[in-house]
Amino acid sequence: MAFTVTSDEKNGIARLTLVGELDASAANDFRTAIEEAAGLRPKRLVLMMGGLTFMASAGLRTLVFAKQKMGANVDIYVIAVQEPVRETLEMTGFQHSVIMLDAYDAAEIEDL
Amino acid sequence: MDRVDIYPTHEYQGYHFRPGKPFPFGATSVSGGVNFSVYSSHASRCTLVLFEKGEPQPKVEIPFPDAFRIGNVWSMIVFDLDYENTEYGYRFEGPWAPEDGQRFDSSKILLDPYARAIGGRDVWGVKPDWNNAYQHRGRLVYDDFDWDEDHPLETPMEDLVIYEMHVRSFTRHPSSGVKFPGTFAGIRQKIAYLKELGVNCVEMMPIFEFDEFENGRVHPDTGEQLYNYWGYSTLGFFAPKSGYAATGKLGMQVDELKALVKELHRNGIEVFLDVVFNHTAEGNEQGPYISFKGIDNKTYYMLTPEGYYFNFSGTGNTLNCNNPVVRSMVLDCLRYWASEYHIDGFRFDLASILGRDPWGAPLPNPPLLESLAYDPVLAKCKLIAEAWDAGGLYQVGSFPAYGRWAEWNGKYRDAVRKFLKGEAGLAGEMVQRLEGSPDMYAARGPTASINFITAHDGFTLNDLVSYDDKHNEANGEGNRDGANDNDSWNCAWEGPTEDPGINALRRRQMKNAFAVLLTSQGVPMILMGDEVAHTQFGNNNTYCHDNEVSWMDWGQVSSNSDLLRFVTNLIGFRHAHPVLRNRWHLTGRDQANCGYPDISWHGILAWHPDLTGSARTLAFMLSGANARGGAVHDDFVYVAMNSHWDSHWFELPQLPSGLQWRVAANTGAPAPEDAFSTGDEPVLSDQGGVLVGDRSVIVLVGK
Repeated sequence: MAFTVTSDEKNGIARLTLVGELDASAANDFRTAIEEAAGLRPKRLVLMMGGLTFMASAGLRTLVFAKQKMGANVDIYVIAVQEPVRETLEMTGFQHSVIMLDAYDAAEIEDL
Repeated sequence: MDRVDIYPTHEYQGYHFRPGKPFPFGATSVSGGVNFSVYSSHASRCTLVLFEKGEPQPKVEIPFPDAFRIGNVWSMIVFDLDYENTEYGYRFEGPWAPEDGQRFDSSKILLDPYARAIGGRDVWGVKPDWNNAYQHRGRLVYDDFDWDEDHPLETPMEDLVIYEMHVRSFTRHPSSGVKFPGTFAGIRQKIAYLKELGVNCVEMMPIFEFDEFENGRVHPDTGEQLYNYWGYSTLGFFAPKSGYAATGKLGMQVDELKALVKELHRNGIEVFLDVVFNHTAEGNEQGPYISFKGIDNKTYYMLTPEGYYFNFSGTGNTLNCNNPVVRSMVLDCLRYWASEYHIDGFRFDLASILGRDPWGAPLPNPPLLESLAYDPVLAKCKLIAEAWDAGGLYQVGSFPAYGRWAEWNGKYRDAVRKFLKGEAGLAGEMVQRLEGSPDMYAARGPTASINFITAHDGFTLNDLVSYDDKHNEANGEGNRDGANDNDSWNCAWEGPTEDPGINALRRRQMKNAFAVLLTSQGVPMILMGDEVAHTQFGNNNTYCHDNEVSWMDWGQVSSNSDLLRFVTNLIGFRHAHPVLRNRWHLTGRDQANCGYPDISWHGILAWHPDLTGSARTLAFMLSGANARGGAVHDDFVYVAMNSHWDSHWFELPQLPSGLQWRVAANTGAPAPEDAFSTGDEPVLSDQGGVLVGDRSVIVLVGK
């Protein structure tokens, strides 16, 4: 399934919505979206992953890039991740580097 | 301004490339492409072979133009590769002259010695396609990882309690309850257990990529596949074992292992790797071509004048570690693991081989060992030698140390085993072993001594007290493999028994072993599972068993909770008392001017140890004021050991006024009175002496 990423920003919260399979061929689009989001200097980065069905090594690489590009003061939220992707994050330990939520929780995320 | 060196200058069958950089060796990501660099001292031509991941046939073979070779190094940057789905290897042309050590064969596709990930055995135990001409394939790796602030812990050597672990065995048993059994990720789920136990270092048995199918044997009774389970047979020195990663099928084993190291560090636990540089998986002249044999046989292997393989490793070949080229590879490898994976230390399998010259003779000043000791990147890494080899070199106590190297102290193991089973005449040697073996490591200090009673080689602790003889029939070698000199004692019955007296004695003997190990000067090492009485059913060489013989049974955490609790308390006792963890040898003198020597020896009578040939009792006292040469203050510690079959009354040395002896552990007492947590030690009822039960150890603290 083709990968798409859409983005919006509101009140210091940058949100990227990922759909499809995040592999090497898609990683550049994701990376570009992260760079654009980082340029807005958000306080939080929210990755809506409910539509993401697969994440390959290149996808993980890009998440690492996102964390380092945003800096230590920007929390990264990973929302509604599907089980295969959740497992990948767990197996590689990356779930410790982000905040994973089952659903978008405005009370928590937007409490700046 | 754009750099000009990121543009292709050549094209071959649609692939664009340009001359590469000789350094670093291996496949390295560069802007827009991948730099491939490989060397051979004797080859005449080299070809880069690229595969689509998993495909049997190459997608392209790009010959290196002559201009791409500098010295003996071929390098090339290939652009626009899909790094996730590319596998690579090399073909080399050169002379076929076995009598001269040359075995070039351009029909073979060869693994890059510097490959940082290797495909082909992605998931443990999944049978490969044996018709595939290229079994073990180089893969491309990015070095990005989110380490945050992590770095090697640099825990002082004297403070370590090492836990020797097999990655798969630790969590493979269904009782482990982890989400990803038998993997690096599985270990991460059990860090809380390790932390609660109190170990602060895990030493992983080999995790460099190996082929679990290298063993062709089957179980003689069940017919089940036997494996090369331990992995002491390296395919590639720079790649983690894919089959140990839950993400191996996704090619993320590098990330998974790094995540484990990071999480262990976050919990104060160092990571050591058991590294096998003495031989490779290619065997002798009958063995397969995988990598080194076809790239530069004469450089990588020790060869006889007739071109055959020296076999100091007992496995068919011997890596030529003191050839300067091979030495560089070993250094590059360890630097890579130390810097890229934040590894804290290395244990070198059959390390004495690393001190032999290219013709097999032991060197007085081995350049590789010296280079490792003085290397700036490895400066804070712990270096531990298994100071012997299969060629008869035994260097325990004399391994060339350069002020850095520690050793697995096989003499400690042997002496403690014999003493605990009740052999007479060991008291004199036990004095040395309990003090950190100053007779062997006078100038090196007790931290040169890795003290252990059991390790992966040999019986588990439970089996050491349950079997007189090895029972290795299931290995399919007619019970000929494995050591015969185990210094074990079955406590009067071979194997499991319902006899409560024998079982109680066995339990006590295990506690005795832990009490001695954890109060000895030096660095204690515990074998995975011994803390819960893991059994290998009498097998003392389980190198081939991917089954319950090897797997740690987590049900024993509850069924043997008394032993686990005992060990946990003793490790806690060691951590609480720096007087047990001296950096330098004790002297028998009172350096702190407190009225007591730093260590004093006792017997049934205080101040009068019996070191005669019939002695089976021994005690020592450490004065806390002299801990670490008087640099820190600690309590008094007194340890009484009775390996006799009768109880004995031990007269106690008198403490300074105001202090009292308290009981930290008494293996002769039933649980939970057998060990107390720090701060909860009850006062000893008679401060003048203590009855030490038959085959028991008592640990007292004076405060």
